[in-house]
This record gives sequence, structure tokens and C-alpha cells, in this order.
Amino acid sequence: MSKDGVNTSRRTFLIGLTSAVGAVGAVGVAVPFVKSWQPSARAENAGAPVTIDISKLEAGQRVVREWRGQPVWIVRRTPEMLAGLDELSDTATLRDPQSEVGTQQPAYAQNVYRSIKPEVLVLIGTCTHLGCSPTYIPRPTVQLQHGGFFCPCHNSTFDFAGRVYRGVPAPTNLVVPPHSYLDDAVIIVGSEEGETA
Amino acid sequence: MAIVKGLVNWVDARLPVVEAFRKHMSEYYAPKNFNFWYYFGVFSLVVLVNQLLTGIWLTMFYSPTDAFASVEYIMRDVQFGWLIRYMHAVGASAFFAVVYLHMFRGLLYGSYKPPRELVWIFGMMIYLALMAEGFLGYVLPWGNMSYWGAQVIISLAEAIPFQIIPFVDGAQSAAMGEALTTWVRGDYLLSDATVNKFFALHVVAIPLVLVALVVLHILALHEVGSNNPDGVEIKKHKDENGIPKDGIPFHPYYTVKDLAGIVVFLMVFAVVVFFFPEGGGYFIERPNFEPANPLATPDHIAPVWYYGPYYAMLRATTFSILLDAKSWGLIVMGGAIAILFVVPWLDRHPVKSIRYKGMFSKVTLMLFAFVFVVLGYFGTQPDQVAFSMPFMEGGDVTYTHLAGLGTVYYFFFFLFVLPFGHRFEKSKPVPDRVTGGH
Repeated sequence: MSKDGVNTSRRTFLIGLTSAVGAVGAVGVAVPFVKSWQPSARAENAGAPVTIDISKLEAGQRVVREWRGQPVWIVRRTPEMLAGLDELSDTATLRDPQSEVGTQQPAYAQNVYRSIKPEVLVLIGTCTHLGCSPTYIPRPTVQLQHGGFFCPCHNSTFDFAGRVYRGVPAPTNLVVPPHSYLDDAVIIVGSEEGETA
Repeated sequence: MAIVKGLVNWVDARLPVVEAFRKHMSEYYAPKNFNFWYYFGVFSLVVLVNQLLTGIWLTMFYSPTDAFASVEYIMRDVQFGWLIRYMHAVGASAFFAVVYLHMFRGLLYGSYKPPRELVWIFGMMIYLALMAEGFLGYVLPWGNMSYWGAQVIISLAEAIPFQIIPFVDGAQSAAMGEALTTWVRGDYLLSDATVNKFFALHVVAIPLVLVALVVLHILALHEVGSNNPDGVEIKKHKDENGIPKDGIPFHPYYTVKDLAGIVVFLMVFAVVVFFFPEGGGYFIERPNFEPANPLATPDHIAPVWYYGPYYAMLRATTFSILLDAKSWGLIVMGGAIAILFVVPWLDRHPVKSIRYKGMFSKVTLMLFAFVFVVLGYFGTQPDQVAFSMPFMEGGDVTYTHLAGLGTVYYFFFFLFVLPFGHRFEKSKPVPDRVTGGH
């Protein structure tokens, strides 16, 4: 290729400009490919709130329901369980006894019992380590002297408020989902349209 | 014959087929002293063909929107479907088995050392693509272990410490991790959207990458020539025709030798496919015979054996300095794989082959292989007490503790033994020409 009579600075500028426009075009073309991996409109609709009737839930009992494909636990805690939670609230045993990590519960569940009503616990039943579903241990065992939840995947342990113990892989307390009371016995998970106090 | 010759000439005038055959087969001179360890490269090629062939056939009957039921349909109703699926599932484990042995060969004889660094790097990229392919494929049957395995692995994205980026705080980091997992799943939970996506990646995207990388691996190898158990360059001694004196043409010498090896390999492979297709729960884990259940985690979540070492490292990482243990686990696991890519530059031993290295190198390499296997075992087992220290209160030593030790040794091997090992030993003199071979 002859370089005679070539304006090299103009050529360099044009090559640069063409490349830049091409790069912008490539980013534009990438958008639909990247965006198509996001949840579809159908998947977004499926994330609707669920209502759960707890009138038949007995003290110490736990029920599991599904919301957005995740297990939601509702436990009606006994007075003994609640008394145990009061005793446990020290930072030597628990990572976050006062629920200071704001992402793990709505503001109305930021208390010792991590619930709206002290006896009714609502939790997302997936471990904050790698998302397995822990087992409910209603009575004291060797691993869990005060009872609570035990994750079979990597041995993380939580108390009856879903607060994580120290020295286990899970970094944070179990998540309390947004929820509210439509009346005394009906909880709606995923919506705050009812009572939250 | 004249017609055949004419046809070859006609094609050759338009595409360099004869030249390519000479360059890569009949005039590719490989060292004459290849031993047993040199079979595993060709075995991995055989397994790749097996995976492609059985994989294409499985797509004819598998349906990602009806995943679990369609796998049962393949196993029960499709004629010989069980055989094709078992060949594919056992093939996945066989792939990793031969690739691990192939990589160990590289460590034994220093096959990654100059001028073969690119060969090694392409090989590591194949290994990485293979791990992605294996994971995606394990999700497709949508059994309960598929589901929970995918749950654990995709959640790893939430452990990425985005807070190390300036102006990103912990909450924003968590939100970014969550956005990333949602993007990968294509939903707020693992669902049909995820399976469909993984199916596309498993059967089209990654195999294309894999095949391209295999071609690059072989082209790069043929450019620099094969290493050998003595770790001496055969190109240093050429005869008057420019042919290495210690080299023999790959075809027919090694094609025929490899063929014999392949026969033995396929016999072993067939025994496993027909008699131990589930590998005692190591190839296909038992919870995977139940459909995916988002509400019930299997009592014990373990990866398939070939990810065991890295999973053991992930679990053994329980310290939290600056970042939490979850992020460190990911960093340690990622680092353990990333470090393999720079092995050609970490190894500063003047001698290539283990044959002429000193005792320190031999012992540390054998210990490395042992530790890697033991880590793999720990990765597949639930945590438990391995033994108790006598006369010590609470002196229980668990698998996790031992895996922690193993993890330390893994990094010690790459960061200390490879760069500095030669200072602690006296190497034997390396011969000028290869030894052995006929």
C-alpha cells in the first residue's frame, strides 16, 4: 500500500472514530443478549405475595410455605423459647444479637425476637451461607444446646429467632421477609398492606 | 486407485490436506521414549468424542421444560436410552479422570516449561471449560442434588466481595451479588428459565469453546513439539534431513500404539458403564434420583468427586479478616484454580523432568498428589471427627481441620516448592539424548 499523498493524522483519526462507533454499536447489540437473561415478565408476575392462615399453628410447631419458590417458615414460639432468646443475647455467642445488619429484616422486625408479634416467627428458610434449607431443631440437642435451626450443608446454627451463632460459616442472621398481618390469624408474606406493629 | 489419487490431487490443489496430514501426522516427530503417562492425552480425545456423540443423541430425547421426567423417559422407554445416558454420565467422570492424570503427567515431566507455556495455558482453559460444562450438565437432570448443587454454586456469586471496589459499601455489594445471581438464574429462584439457559450453554456454547480450545492445544503442541519423560529437547539433535534423531513419526508409530491403549481404556470404560454406572454414588449422587425439591435440602450436599478438592478448600476456609469467611472461601477456591495458569512461571527449577530432580522435588510432588486426592475425598464427605487428640480436652480433629491443612499445602507447593525447591536438593545430570525407547 502506497503512503504517497496520505494524510496520516486524518487516517488515524478516522480509524479511531470508526472503532469507537463500532464499539458503541457492539455494546448496543450486547444489550438484548444480556437483558434476555433477566427474569421474564412471567417470572416477575409469579413473585406475588402469599397469605398464610396461622390459626391452627400450635405452640412450638413450625409450618413451611412457599413464596417466590423459597421456603417460608412460620414458628409459633413457646414462652420457654422466648425466654431462651432473652438469655442468649450476647455478642460472644451470637454474631448479630441485636439484628443490626439492616438487609436481613424489615425495620419492624429489628428487635430481639425478630418478629412483629413476639411468639410468631416468620423467616425465609434458606441458609445465609450457600442457600441450603436448615433443619428445625425444636428441642435441645448436642449440637444445639438451646434448640433452633441447623444447616446440614455446612453445619451453620441459628437460634429460635434465626440469629446466627459465632464460629459457623453463615455470615448473617436468617432473612425475615417483608410481611404483615391481615388479621390476628392471617399473615401475608411479601406485602406490607396489613398491620406491621 | 487412480480415481482416488485423482480426487486427492483435485482436493489438494484447493485445500492443503496432504500438507496438513504430513505436518500433524506422518511427519510430526514425537520423542521415541513416550511411556504410560502419554496415553491420557489421546484418551481425553476419545472421551470428548464419546461425550459429543452421546450428548447429541441425548438432546434428541431430553426436554429442559420437562427435565426430570424426560431423563426417566430416556432411562425407561427410549431403546438403549439407559446405555447412552450412562455412557454420557460415566464419560463425564472419565473425562476428569484422564484429564487429571494428563495434568499430573505435565507436573511430573515439566511439560509446561518453556517453550510449552501456551500448550499448558490452553490445557488449563480446557480444564476450566470442562468444569463449567460438568456443572451445567449436572443440573440438567433436575434431580434434588442438581437443584441444591446449583443453588450452592450460583450463590457463590453472592460471596464475590464487590466492596473491594472503591465507593461500594457492604449493602451495595450484597445487592450486586444478588442482582448477578438473579441474572444467572433468569428468575428469583432456580426454575425452568435456569434449566433452559443451562441446556443451551451445555449443548452449544461450551462445547464449541471446548472443541476450539482442543484444536488450539494441539496446534500449539505441534508447533513446539512434544516433551518426553527425560525432559530433553529432541530438536537439538537432528540428522542431515533435519529430522530429530530421537523422534519417530506420530503416524504410524504412535497412532498404532495409542490404538492399543484405547482398546484397553474402552474395556475399563465399558466395565464401569455396564456394572458401576453410578460409581457408588460418586458419579451420580443418590439424591439425584428424586426430582428437584426446593423445600427439602438433601441431608448431605456434596459435589461430584471431580470438584471435591476445591469444595473441600471452600469449606475449610473459616477465617474472616477484612472480608467474611464466605468471600475468602471463594477467593481461596478461585485462587487454587487460577494459580494453575501461572505454573510455567512459578516453576524455576533448572531441571524439567522428575527423573533428574532431587529427593525434595520427588517427595513434595508425591505429597501434592496425595493431598489433592485426600482433599477430593474430604470434599465429598460430610464433616466429621477424623480422630481425637489423646489427653486433650476438646481435641477433636475434624475433616475440615485436615482440609485446611491440605489447602495450605496446596498453595505451599505452588508458591514455595515450585519456585524455590531446587535450592534444597542436588539434581542429577540431565542426559543429552533421550533414554529408552526403541
